[in-house]
Amino acid sequence: MGKDILSLRDFTKEEILFILEQSQKIKERGFSPLLAGKLMACCFFEPSTRTRLSFEAAMKRLGGECLGFVDGASTSLKKGESLLDMMRVIGSYADVIVMRHPLEGSARAAAEVTQAAVINAGDGSHEHPTQTFLDLFSMQECQGRLEGLSVACVGDLKYGRTVHSLALALKHFGGRLYFVSPSSLAMPADICDALRDCGVPFSCHESIEEVIRKVDILYMTRIQEERFVDKMEYEKVKGCFRLSEKLLSGAKEGLKIFHPLPRLTEIPPSIDKMPHAYYFEQAHNGLYVRAALLNLIFGVEL
Amino acid sequence: MSEKLSVSAIENGTVIDHITPLCGLKIVLALKLPDQKKRVTVGLNLASKSLGHKDLIKIEGHTLSEEDASRVALLSPQATINLIEGFAVVKKFPVAFPCFVEKMFDCTNPHCITRFEPLTSGFEVLSKGGKVELKCRYCEKVFAHDAH
Repeated sequence: MGKDILSLRDFTKEEILFILEQSQKIKERGFSPLLAGKLMACCFFEPSTRTRLSFEAAMKRLGGECLGFVDGASTSLKKGESLLDMMRVIGSYADVIVMRHPLEGSARAAAEVTQAAVINAGDGSHEHPTQTFLDLFSMQECQGRLEGLSVACVGDLKYGRTVHSLALALKHFGGRLYFVSPSSLAMPADICDALRDCGVPFSCHESIEEVIRKVDILYMTRIQEERFVDKMEYEKVKGCFRLSEKLLSGAKEGLKIFHPLPRLTEIPPSIDKMPHAYYFEQAHNGLYVRAALLNLIFGVEL
Repeated sequence: MSEKLSVSAIENGTVIDHITPLCGLKIVLALKLPDQKKRVTVGLNLASKSLGHKDLIKIEGHTLSEEDASRVALLSPQATINLIEGFAVVKKFPVAFPCFVEKMFDCTNPHCITRFEPLTSGFEVLSKGGKVELKCRYCEKVFAHDAH
């Protein structure tokens, strides 16, 4: 495995399974300070709660240290410095950079200018690979397997980088995908083409009702009002992608609900107490998966 | 009007033949031929038995590299390369797509990092059922080649 974590497309099935196995070992055995003396720089040009804090928590629990910033506006980018210049210098201070940036391909560009390892924590609407690793880990945990799962991705599939990375990863494990979204927020053509090339069956739907009885995992994402030019269209569609106890009454007993968070109205708090709700366990697993990735970047295998 | 080529023969060099009409000048610029100080003759919209009409480029004293031949393929897939020695064609071959191309195109994704930072553009060339697509190495968005 190369030292950067930029895109799911860079990982083979075997490498993905190895990462999940390492994550499981950390979850079972606890953390060891194997990264003492290592420094992680968190460079977040877009807001983040879970990703940033889980990386910082993981690094500190592994004995390492962290520094960084949470808002690009407070950096020298405001003075007109190029992103690449900034990342080249930061990479000379730290051993690993965790980076979230609004432009697509930014993490790969940064990786080219620094010897430090670069972890893509989200680049525009392109990918969010570490989210996908924790999603896969959580799916394996709650369903006992990854092969042959039926997974519905719901909500904003056009701009949702988490579902882009997830769909690409799931192509390794067979199974059946269902894409549920307003037509204006459909899964991009290049992802659909990649799935067709690998023979992964998928279908597109406009309501959760059409798929609720068939799926093992319901992966919810937030539909953002700001993505709609026509606000009336937003008002029309936002309710179609909202869960309710009534809707879930038709689900398989073992169905689990995932969400990369933050959730707003698409999952009402009344769902949290249902056995189907798995999104908080999913977020918790981010700690172990990101710890495993940090270990592997520094050549530490459990 | 004579059906003969109105462009004179060259003693040694390269002839790029069967260029799709309107692509000849694009190829001259893409290969930076004016910068190389070689004598270049360009024929536009010439009669062609096989294509109906074609563009043609003759470069004296220069053997086109494989890399440049593959860049020609991206602009005119049915072009042919003729290497000339002593006024005779010593080698003739069709152009072939490269696996990867740098610097020739700009990414059309408005949110790609290459549009904001000093980066060399690079695309994986994908050929599917006669259609050519370019995949940006940074944002990984795929574009139909016609977009360029």
